Amino acid sequence: MELLAYAAFFLTIALTYAIISLGLNVQWGQTGLFNVGIAGFVGLGAYVSAALTTPDAAERIGGFDLPIALGWLAAMAAGGMLALAVGLLTLRMRSDYLAITTFGIAVALQLVFQNTESLTGGAFGMAFIPRPFAALQGQAFAFNALNLALTAAVVLVLYLLLEHLLRSPWGRALRAVREDETAAQALGKNPILLRIQAFALGGAIMALAGGVQAHFIGFIAPGNYLPMMTFQVWAMLIVGGSGNNRGAILGAVLVWAIWALSGALISEVFPADQQARAASLQIVVIGVMLCAILLWRPQGILPEVRSVSRHLGHRNKDK
Amino acid sequence: MNPQAIIDGLISGSTIGLGAIGLTLTYSILRFANFTHGDFLAWGAYLTLTVAGVLGGLAAGLGAPVYPFSFGWGLPLAMFGGVVLTVALTLGLDRILFGRLRARGADAIIVVMASFGASMALRSLLEFIFTAKPAYFTKALQIAKPLGLGMRATPDQLLMIGLTALLVLALHLLVTRSATGRAMRAVSENPGLAGVYGVDVDKVIRVTWIIGASMACIAGVMAGLLVQIRPYMGFDLLLPLFSAAILGGIGSIPGAMLGGLIIGLAEAFAVQIVGAEWRAAISFIILVLVLMLRPQGLFGQREA
Amino acid sequence: MTALSLADLQAGYDPDLPIVKGVSFTVKKGEAVCILGPNGAGKSTMIKAVAGLVRSFGGQVHLGGRDVTGLASHVLVRNGMGFVPQTENIFTRLSITENLQIAAQLLPRQDRAGRIEAMLDMFPDLGSRPRELAGALSGGQRQMLAAARALLTEPQVLMLDEPSAGLSPKLVAQVFDTLRRISQTGVTLILVEQNVRAALALTDRALVLVDGKLAHDGPTDALHDGKFLGELFLGNRADEAIR
Repeated sequence: MELLAYAAFFLTIALTYAIISLGLNVQWGQTGLFNVGIAGFVGLGAYVSAALTTPDAAERIGGFDLPIALGWLAAMAAGGMLALAVGLLTLRMRSDYLAITTFGIAVALQLVFQNTESLTGGAFGMAFIPRPFAALQGQAFAFNALNLALTAAVVLVLYLLLEHLLRSPWGRALRAVREDETAAQALGKNPILLRIQAFALGGAIMALAGGVQAHFIGFIAPGNYLPMMTFQVWAMLIVGGSGNNRGAILGAVLVWAIWALSGALISEVFPADQQARAASLQIVVIGVMLCAILLWRPQGILPEVRSVSRHLGHRNKDK
Repeated sequence: MNPQAIIDGLISGSTIGLGAIGLTLTYSILRFANFTHGDFLAWGAYLTLTVAGVLGGLAAGLGAPVYPFSFGWGLPLAMFGGVVLTVALTLGLDRILFGRLRARGADAIIVVMASFGASMALRSLLEFIFTAKPAYFTKALQIAKPLGLGMRATPDQLLMIGLTALLVLALHLLVTRSATGRAMRAVSENPGLAGVYGVDVDKVIRVTWIIGASMACIAGVMAGLLVQIRPYMGFDLLLPLFSAAILGGIGSIPGAMLGGLIIGLAEAFAVQIVGAEWRAAISFIILVLVLMLRPQGLFGQREA
Repeated sequence: MTALSLADLQAGYDPDLPIVKGVSFTVKKGEAVCILGPNGAGKSTMIKAVAGLVRSFGGQVHLGGRDVTGLASHVLVRNGMGFVPQTENIFTRLSITENLQIAAQLLPRQDRAGRIEAMLDMFPDLGSRPRELAGALSGGQRQMLAAARALLTEPQVLMLDEPSAGLSPKLVAQVFDTLRRISQTGVTLILVEQNVRAALALTDRALVLVDGKLAHDGPTDALHDGKFLGELFLGNRADEAIR
């Protein structure tokens, strides 16, 4: 029973990563936008949702005791707005300016999480974030299983919505812009507008993931949203298969499993004083894996189903 | 306002500027934003530290400080070794990773992503080998000497400002006056055409890595000497480096240096006003301002 | 004396879809040859493959008797290849002199300054303002600088990809005039051109490329009759090409 409870806990965390990975797939997989500040967007969602839903606390502003669902919505709005601003600023310029700017966003938000104690609790973070099914907290398995079901439902709804969206004319236009900007422009698509929309949608999804994660764990701190997280999510999407929503989910579960198992292995094998050091080897392995996949299997495990040129052909005829 | 901020800013700006030179050169000639560059600074510092350790084992006298500096002849010697090893590291990385992606004709953004992965791996490898505990080049303490107008600096710091000025001048002359520099500018404008002109593009790329890695190593040693050596020291400098390179205009060596100095000074003054905990936000604010107001940077070419 | 020879050259951007589908011909030293053909026939791809800018999948290229198949463009230059691309053929952010200096780097040190001088003398438009940025030059002057750069190293073969593209009629005449002067100095000239009349007037021999294959190879005199060309070019595109 304890093992099952742990399995449910593990899967829930993995699925929150799957949400981030789905968000990244909208930005990178479908649109080709390189976001190096994923952790910032996830953290923003977590803090916004937490600030709205926690009970009133004397030491900081916020604590409105609102329902969790409202927190999630606010997180999405915040993530979407931030992504919109970044998109407006950089998406007219060369593609790596977006990468550098998002990297900066994550650094800047990390400072905000750390330093604005009256809003975020500073280095200590925020506790007592309401958890779904909190009444069952005493029964580990039931609590974890219900949370797993809830998170899985979020992933499923998101997956269906995204699949639908990507098959819509908007999704097809998005891929057309990614594949051949000039051709898409000739068909009357505005590449910059499409990119900004996709970037904002992806940012909103990442922030939602932050909210979901924060409410499941019940506690957040700046240390959760380091560049490490950005890096993990990238590994997840690239391993799973960028451009493929199922690949994004699969990659998240797989990479999280590798991460958790190797972490467990390290704590078994290495003496306590060497564990931090050994943990850095974990990162080396994931980094090398990411580079190796880019070199030898850039399409990942589940490659994208290519459909652009066919659609472009159809659209051509329509005109 | 405390005039000491000027000295502090010039010193940290020198480090940022030297680091940004390598970044701006790889950006304009290899055509990708290299997220690994910060880690070259950290590797340069650790490699120099390692060479210094070996040298110290061979000849103990090398470690004895030479007046008025805090370090002995061993450090410049070790830095030479560190530069060679850092160059070898970047050329090796180019061979196994970036060069292969280039040969395959991969999109610039794929190369950026690979550099991000390599950055994580390199940084964590440092942490594995040397642990996260800070290391130091020297244990000697220096007294800052008054310079007038309420400013103070240690001899080490003045030496660094001088060395930086010398390096920037030499590099600027190399790029604007020499055949190698012309070839570099040609490749940065159009690599295919450079081949048609008879330029060996691979050789220019190697020269670019050699310059970038050397400056990164020297900047890393300077940062290590001024503060301390940590596996994350380069990664923490990455945003200032990018901001300095973009502020100066991609491809411009004087631009990168000036950008570095501006960011160093802005940080030093901001620390006095809003507190040291916000230091890292300064380069982000400058980056956003540049992107909004003058995306081509101070000395940059407008994108065609 | 053979300057350049192609044997069954196949080239393109994708091995499964070759654009040049097995082309063979030989150009003698001092000859002036034009390569004609409808749009999309593979003329440009072929000349780029010879210059080392496009991958070849099969066949051989010999330059001055040496097998140079698959060599990188900068190695070809050292072997006597001079190539002027159609567009973006000069470094606009470098000065006129600097453009020439880069090419001169291949010469022995003592010859460099003299050859640069010679080129600036040959093209007075360039010689009058050697320090100016090449980006400030007009379309015709850019073509001159590109030609001067290629000639500077005294190549065995000078290949030009549509030097008259995008120029006004007056400038076209000027460019062809320059090419005639170059050809008269004994340089082997290979010219890809859409401007058929001017190209035929300049060259001794014409190759016609259709759908990646050689459809005709003979003296230009025979081709001044437009009808014959029309047949070779296939369909109505021919009329457009001949004008």
